Amino acid sequence: MAENIATIFQWLVFLGAAFGSIIASLLVITRKNPIHSALFLVLTFLCVSVLYVLLYQQFMFIIQIFVYAGAIAMLIVFVLMLLDLEVEVRSGLKLFYSKAIGGVLAVLFLFGIIYSVVAKSPTGKVGSYAPDKLSGNVKAVGQMLFTQYLFPFEIVSVLLAAAIIGAVILSKKRT
Amino acid sequence: MTIPNVPPECYLVLSGILFTIGVIGALTRRNAIVVFMCIELMLNAVNISFVALSRFLQSLDGVLFAFFVIAVAAAEAAVGLAIFVMIYRSKETINVDEINILKW
Repeated sequence: MAENIATIFQWLVFLGAAFGSIIASLLVITRKNPIHSALFLVLTFLCVSVLYVLLYQQFMFIIQIFVYAGAIAMLIVFVLMLLDLEVEVRSGLKLFYSKAIGGVLAVLFLFGIIYSVVAKSPTGKVGSYAPDKLSGNVKAVGQMLFTQYLFPFEIVSVLLAAAIIGAVILSKKRT
Repeated sequence: MTIPNVPPECYLVLSGILFTIGVIGALTRRNAIVVFMCIELMLNAVNISFVALSRFLQSLDGVLFAFFVIAVAAAEAAVGLAIFVMIYRSKETINVDEINILKW
């Protein structure tokens, strides 16, 4: 009985976070004001981070809050305030057709995804790592990052350095 | 009677729905920064499926891939927003329909 209650709460949290993220992302793409879109984007990221906690991935939860909801969303809002944007112009008839075609294609794509997910349950080589047995997975992630994935880690550090230098050079005022 | 746990298919379907919403937004919105936000939404949806499969196959590789995806998204945000600021300085707009030339 106690296990049932835990499972019911797991379902409730999953459904709440899932519908919250879907509604928030729908609001991201329908709001006219870009600032509202950015704030609903932060809400979507927070709902997704709740899902990471439900999947026992504390490391991803922390990184999601810090990098996505903190750094990237802050950068977007900052640039939106830097640029003085008028409200998005209402699109004409030609654009309406392209929107309809794009939406229909995307929904067909969604049906493809759902079919491929439901048709066959995910299989693969099951590893030895059991997240629900551990109290936290940050240590395990760090160990794997600095041994097996050391080379991609160094590549990512070079990429981030290049991105910082590129951003500074691009946004520097020309003299 | 025991209730089953949340199956991985639910997470994968949610990831697909979020990805599709991101695609629709990137195709229909005209503001370059909103298009950029939709791209972030798509990257986030892919991260959900990475992490969910990593949980249900009991391996850490998916988490590390999601970590690298987040690092690339951060680099993309820095450079992309700097490009938007530069385009706004020279063209006074970031409507993607009006930014249709490679040289100005």
